[in-house]
Order: sequence, then C-alpha cells, then structure tokens
Amino acid sequence: MYAYDEIDRTLVNERVSEFRDQVKRRLSGELTEDEFKLLRLQNGVYLQLHAYMFRVAIPYGTLASNQLRRLAHVARTYDRGYGHFTTRQNIQFNWIKLAQLPDALADLAEVGIHAMQTSGNNMRNVTSDQWAGVAPGEIEDPRIWSELLRQHTTLHPEFSFLPRKFKIAITASDHDRAAIKIHDIGLRLTRNEKSETGFEVLVGGGLGRTPFIAKTVKHFVHGRDILSYVEAILRVYNQYGRRDNIYKARIKILVHELGIEKFAQEVEEEWRHIRNGSLQLDDGVIEDIRAHFTYPAYEKLPHMPDELRAAAHDPAFEAWRKNSVFAHKVQGYSIVTISLKPVGSPPGDATAEQMDALADLADKYSFGEIRVGHEQNLALPHVTKRDLPALWKALDRLGLATPNVGLISDIIACPGLDYCSLANARSIPVAQELTRRFANHELANLIGRLHINISGCINACGHHHVGHIGILGVEKNGEEVYQITIGGRADENAALGNLIGPGVKFDEVADVIEDIVEAYLALRERPEELFIDTVKRLGVEPFKERVYATR
Amino acid sequence: MPLVKGGKIVEDPFVRLADDAQTPAVGDILVSADRFLGDPEGLLARAGRLGMIWPNNRDIDALVPYLGRLAAVALVFPVFRDGRAYSQARLLRERYAWRGELRATGQVLRDQFVFMLRAGFDTFDVRKQADAEVFAQTVKRYSVFYQPTGDGRITALHRRMQLRHAEGVSP
Repeated sequence: MYAYDEIDRTLVNERVSEFRDQVKRRLSGELTEDEFKLLRLQNGVYLQLHAYMFRVAIPYGTLASNQLRRLAHVARTYDRGYGHFTTRQNIQFNWIKLAQLPDALADLAEVGIHAMQTSGNNMRNVTSDQWAGVAPGEIEDPRIWSELLRQHTTLHPEFSFLPRKFKIAITASDHDRAAIKIHDIGLRLTRNEKSETGFEVLVGGGLGRTPFIAKTVKHFVHGRDILSYVEAILRVYNQYGRRDNIYKARIKILVHELGIEKFAQEVEEEWRHIRNGSLQLDDGVIEDIRAHFTYPAYEKLPHMPDELRAAAHDPAFEAWRKNSVFAHKVQGYSIVTISLKPVGSPPGDATAEQMDALADLADKYSFGEIRVGHEQNLALPHVTKRDLPALWKALDRLGLATPNVGLISDIIACPGLDYCSLANARSIPVAQELTRRFANHELANLIGRLHINISGCINACGHHHVGHIGILGVEKNGEEVYQITIGGRADENAALGNLIGPGVKFDEVADVIEDIVEAYLALRERPEELFIDTVKRLGVEPFKERVYATR
Repeated sequence: MPLVKGGKIVEDPFVRLADDAQTPAVGDILVSADRFLGDPEGLLARAGRLGMIWPNNRDIDALVPYLGRLAAVALVFPVFRDGRAYSQARLLRERYAWRGELRATGQVLRDQFVFMLRAGFDTFDVRKQADAEVFAQTVKRYSVFYQPTGDGRITALHRRMQLRHAEGVSP
C-alpha cells in the first residue's frame, strides 16, 4: 500500500476546498453551467440521465480496508447504498446530489481518496495490474511507477486541458492484466541488457468509435527517464492533437494520421530537449516513493496446509478454489478474486454492506488490502492457503463466492441506457439475461475461458471491441439493435473483434450468444482449445453461418 | 477587461491594435502575429514598446528570432478548454528563456490562474472583474505541486527529499 504523507494529504485537501468554492459559485450563479461543467468533470462529476454521477479514483487498483469502508460510507450517506466498479479502477456512485459532493469528497480525502481527473480532457487515473506486487514472476512492483506517474499527472499545469481524455496503464508481467494496448499510453516494465529497469512504451491505443491497438513508440526507456518521455508525448499531443472534432481528438488519431515513425520522431525531438532536465528521476527519489509502500510481513507457510486438504472434499469449495484462487509469489499464500458478477445482477456493483464486510475480511485474511481489476471484480491479494476454506464460507454468505471468474458469465458491461446519458441501448439487462442463461457452473466450466464485453454505445466503455464476444448496443429507427463481434482480446495479444453480421434485436441477443457458444463447442478441436483460439483458427465464417442460418 | 500583473489589477500600458488600424507614432502597442510578420522591421523601428499576440495553432519557432526585441508576448486561450498555450508558455520560458511579459489572453478565468502561473504567465487579461479582484487569494489555493516547471516552485518529490535529509542529520 502507498501511504499518503502530509504533502499528499495537503494537496487533496486543497483540492476539496477549491471544489467546495466552485460548487458554491455554481449554486449562486456566479459560474455558468458551461464554465462549471469542466470544473466538475475534473473532479469526477458527470450529469447523467437521472442525476449527477460521481466517479472516484482507485489509483492502480489498490485499496486499504479503511478506504473501502469509506467508499461504503459514501454509498450509504450520499447515494442509494451501492457503488459500481468500472473498467478503469474507479468506483461510480449514480445518485449523488451536487450540494453534497464537497462533503463526500472531504470524507474521502480523510482516508487518502480523491476524484481528481476521473473525467474531463486530462490525464485520467493511472491504472495497473490488480495483482501488482503479488503476481509470480513480475519484473518489479509496477505500483511504484504508477504512483510516480499518478503524482506527476495530478493537476499538471500544462496538460489539464488536452484535446481529449488521456489514459495511462502499466504492467510488469508477461501476461497483461492491465489492458495496456487499449490505452493512450501503455507501459510495459522490462529490463535492458544491463538489467536496468525501464519501459517499453506503447502509444495510441483506444476503443470508442475508431478503435486502435497501441503501437510501440520506443522499445526501451530507462526508468529514470520515464516522466520526461511521457511529458514529451503529452507535449506533442497537446500541441498537435486535433481539437476540431471530438471524435478525432484522441492521441490514437494523431498517431494514425502521422504514422508511428513520424510520431516517434516528433516525440524524440521533444524528449531530446527535456530528458536531462528536472524530470529525471534519481535513485533517491524512486526509493523515497518505494518507501511509502508497505508490504505484508509474510509467514513461512506450507504449500499444502491441512485445512486446504480437508476442504478439498467439498465440491462447492473446490469449484470456487479452482476458479477464483490464483498463485501468489509467496509460498503458502494465494490471490483470491472476488466475482462481482452474481447471476442476475449488474456487473461490477457492490452494496455498502458488501463493501464493509469485505473490508473486515481483508483485515482478517489479507493484511487489510483489497484490489480492483479492470474486469470489474475485486481481489484479496494476500490470503494464506489455510484460511481459504473460512474465507470462502464468509464470501458465500455475502453472495460474493460465485465461481465464474474468467468464465462466460463474468461479463464486463457499461451502465448503458439505465443510467448513462450517452447510451443508445441498455447493457445491464443484456448482461443479466446472459448470466441467467449460463448460470449452470458445469456448463460455464465446460465452455471455459470466454470474455463477453457489452457497451451501450459507440464510446465503448464496456470495451466491446476487445471482448472474446463483444456486444455493442446502437439505436436504429428508434429501436435497440446489438452488433456482435468475436475474436477480440485485451491482453498482451490484444486484437479487435470482427463483426459476425447484421445487428440483432434486444430479445435475440442471448439466443445469438447461445448459438455462438454451441457452434464453438462443436467446432473446437479439443476441450482445452479456448473459444478465442477456435475463432483465431477458423475465423468468423462458421459462427456467422450458425447464427444467421435460421434468422 | 481588467489586467492583472504582479498579482494586482493595473492599467494596461499597451494598446491592442486591430490588423487594419493605423499604427500610432508613439506608445506601446500589441499586434497580431500576422500583422507583425507582415512588417517586422517597420514595427520594431518605431518608438514605443512592441508586444505580439501569438495564436495557439502556430509553432512558436517562428516567434523565437524576434524575442530579443519584443516587450511582451500574449498567448491565446480562445476558450478555456483549449490548453495549447500552456505548452507554448512553458517552451517560451523554459526553452527559449523568455524573461519579458508573458500575457494570458482570451477566456482567462479564475480557476485556471494557478495552472497559468505555473506555466510561466505573469500577466492576465482576466475575463471577469470578480475573478480579477480575487486573484491574490486564488493563487494561494495550492501549496503543493507535483511537477517541476520553470516557475521554480519546489515539487513534492523534492520537498520529501529535503525532509529526509533534514531528518537524516538530526540525531
């Protein structure tokens, strides 16, 4: 965990008091809505269909138990008793009142949580691998660098009014859990031939109406230079990114129009001027940030404790363990993913009671730490294996032990037309219906790893382009129509899905998905061949045939 | 529109000249880049100081050769959402060592003062009288800064290192 010091606390408090003043000026009419809009967006406040929506940052997905309790408090006090975890390590509250927002921010500030730059055309919450620091085999803990970047991007005096939003993600593992290739800047921690830590820098990824997979702009940037290199990218973008058309304003368009080589040259030229300047990080500064992180005092524990051996006789426990428990870098410990995708519920939602109870479980079983992943699930990152059976029972009582992590009912979905003023179609009801169709865990297990992502409009908050199956809701002649893609993925082999054919109506979506799954089960070479691999091998055609033969 | 310089509302010594207006023989004038580049030597030769309004969609490289003979550079925020002039300001201050007046003009509002100061602006064509009047209080809103810029304010990373060293020397 990164622990705020007095300096960080002061800044967040100063921000809260500034926002309190801004809200006051808006309510008194001193600020016009146009002027205020951008100020509230910079503090995570959107105006949605029914109410203001408040988006709070969970930088690089790390939460302490007292912070999760405070989020529960906000849900209970200022909202309707629940929160929604997003695909970018944020939590959203959907029913907040403008006049109460400064108080909610002040309550969060007390535990080191803020909502700065969770929306607006600035540098957004820096995200990372939710298993950072505990995943076996990672280069080093990417949160050190994430925090350096969090600080550097916070209230940046040059880059707070960019052409469009700007998102940075960092991973330190071969398997990319942070979806860096669909970010404006993706950073992959790596080592050079001298064994020095640095980054492969990717740029220009993003979804929305013109999706792109990020391209490598530089194969190795030394860790000490990462701030200046990012600064150089931002400076090129701030000056030359398009501002004439909101749909062409993301850096991906600039990179696409210039071409990656030309873009890289521009960045290199800018970087040449600043790389040896005040942004260069010396080891002392990096160590100082590192020292703000605390790590658990792990015990020396056996690989296979008696408690785990005994519980293995319970098939329900085993189903959960095999699905939701993952290898930890320290022997005797596990990472436990907590599915926020129970059958029939909106993906990513948690009630205040669940958050409080999870905070207690984190204190009891995970050194007080909770993680948030982009798949809209949570994780307890340091659970001893001997505690797994007890933890499972406790989670089950809370409705948080659905063993569907990574399976077909572990759906990513945006809020859609139920909440969002941009949406053209509903997302949540589609997800709910699909979780019901695939509620049988044996069937879901038989299908194996399969990610369904749903967006309720072309802005793609539900990351539909990179779902193994992607569902995009659009509006056609006053009706909701859903376009289905297959073959997308968001990991280190990121790819955009391909459309299987004409859109289908709301009522038909679940049937179509069932057809696709049936086709896959018939087509796969062996049970271990994942859906995504079958699509890669055979292409869209056999799936298309199956879906449209009878429609 | 009130002008703020040195933290206070002041009289603007410059007259802003429209592109088709006649050049006055004396007095300080502020002209557009187009007008200036049409006749740089003529404008520079006259008595009175010269300032230039540089648009935010033009590389400042073309401005740099004249910096030594200008009294002021004004950068433009056509709307406050358009942040290109922040980069131009930092480049002028930090790369080209511009020490003369750097003026923010256009939709200059209270809630951008701190960003503008940090980017190197020292003079502000403030859109609203009420904003200009609270300039001094507004720029004290923040005492912590995470990024180094040419304004010399100490960054959080740096301050932590100082604190560390201070702790290190005491017993």
